[in-house]
Amino acid sequence: MRRYVVARLAQSALVVLLSLSAVFGMVRLGGDPVLLFLPMDIQAKDVEAIRQQMGFNDPVLVQYVRYMRGALHGDFGESLRYRRDALGLVLERLPATLLLAGSAILLTLVIAVPLGVVTAVRRDTLVDHLGTIATVLGQATPGFWLGLLLIYVFAVQLRWLPTGGSGTLAQLVMPSFVLAAFFAARVARLTRSATLDVLGEEYIKTARAKGLGEGRVVTKHTLRNSAIPIITLAGLEAGQLLGGAVIAETIFAWPGLGRLTVQALLNRDFPVVMAAVSFTSIVYTLMNLAVDLSYGWLDPRVRVRA
Amino acid sequence: MKKPLGLALTLLAALAALAAPWLSPHDPLQADFAAFLKPPGTDAHPLGTDQLGRDLLARVLYGARLALFIGVCTVVVTAVVGGLLGLVAGWVEGWPSALLMRIADVQLSFPFILLALTINAIVGLGLRNIILSLSAAGWVVYARVVRAEVLAVKQRDFVQAAAALGVGSGRLLFRHVLPNVAPSIIVVASLQFSQFIVAEAAISYLGFGVQPPTPAWGSMLSESRDYLFVAWWLGAFPGGALALTALGVNLLGDWLRDTFDPKLRV
Repeated sequence: MRRYVVARLAQSALVVLLSLSAVFGMVRLGGDPVLLFLPMDIQAKDVEAIRQQMGFNDPVLVQYVRYMRGALHGDFGESLRYRRDALGLVLERLPATLLLAGSAILLTLVIAVPLGVVTAVRRDTLVDHLGTIATVLGQATPGFWLGLLLIYVFAVQLRWLPTGGSGTLAQLVMPSFVLAAFFAARVARLTRSATLDVLGEEYIKTARAKGLGEGRVVTKHTLRNSAIPIITLAGLEAGQLLGGAVIAETIFAWPGLGRLTVQALLNRDFPVVMAAVSFTSIVYTLMNLAVDLSYGWLDPRVRVRA
Repeated sequence: MKKPLGLALTLLAALAALAAPWLSPHDPLQADFAAFLKPPGTDAHPLGTDQLGRDLLARVLYGARLALFIGVCTVVVTAVVGGLLGLVAGWVEGWPSALLMRIADVQLSFPFILLALTINAIVGLGLRNIILSLSAAGWVVYARVVRAEVLAVKQRDFVQAAAALGVGSGRLLFRHVLPNVAPSIIVVASLQFSQFIVAEAAISYLGFGVQPPTPAWGSMLSESRDYLFVAWWLGAFPGGALALTALGVNLLGDWLRDTFDPKLRV
């Protein structure tokens, strides 16, 4: 187990270093950085002065080392728009995104897991078919369209919920539902197939044969065994919530990390883009690491293979 | 149920895309300020008109053309590039394989949509660049799947036997290994296809990617937001078309996976 943990930690550290390099590569090698970093209406005579001032005339390797040294100390430079530390802006927006992702995960657990279990237990009944249709639709419906539909129904027609913003519980409802929809559909399908796998096992037959009620068979014997694949796969999928947040936050003007990233891209505020994308990638990598480690802890076979 | 519904929806989208010039009652770019924001069912405008009086049916049909064109191009580019890299890495092993896996790790440390969006904002807007961005963010799935499959297939007896008979490396790889890996490539491609068209729409929705006035479903949905209080049809039809297309291709992909490769996870 120890060797597995150490190997996995080292691999994650390498991925973080390479991801930071990839962000540098994307932004700096994509063309003349001055044109990316400066507003479109810059005067031609100022370009050369700024190029010199920002160090873009140095060899790429020197720039890379300078960037990596800064990045590893959490310094991605100053936001061109807000004249403030770029990473500080990112961290400021983090709680809002965590709140949104957390409530989306909570919604998923409350809706998707019971739905998956019920459709598996009542296989090939009307409930199963309706549940399957719901999950297939949930997976195919684009988040931003679902968001517009919800705004139309609940904000424009019924006037129950505000169209966007943050601060009240009512404003949290629609964005977290949109963020949860795709994820919940995946988790429900996953739960269904994991539960079906376990229901086919011999020990379930034994449990039934010894006269246990169906309720106990499902909660005690099935769910405990199907929990491992559900938790690990849901954990791996949860990282995609960070991508989904980009969409959900923009639709509902939710002041989180995703919206900050989109605004920074639109404003060509590249220090903030680099800080936000790097930060997201690191969080994502750490989540994958946590899932892998818990997997190794739950399932001894993984340790041996590693 | 997956097969008929998936096939029907996919064929419908393909038909709309191919026959858009003949099915459209109007030019999708033709503005008509005398007839703006007309509701569906208005004379000569079955789905109504948008804020500039452009025919919505024409725009939705041409939107299908654009979405499927982008989807097909991206799937072809990613399948060829990712497939070839995976094929070589699985065959040669050693450092090319290790290098490819590290690149894959790095790429997979970014959420797909964020990566495609950022690349698109850097390389620039427009049709060619959106295909480029989606391909750059999406090829890695093929590379991983194909590499893993090649590693398994090359141990099989028929490959070993062919090698023992003195068949050359290139012929072995393309005539004996590739055909056995092809079903996985097709399944991955069909599952990726809907992800690509939804991602393209999302990126255009956010203001990158394909720019107005080109009729793309994503940018149409983005414009519809300003008219949500007065014209529901502006969002309902492009969004419905996108969702049905994604649903159809998804179902088809699921069916292909169930048929060819039930254990495959993407």
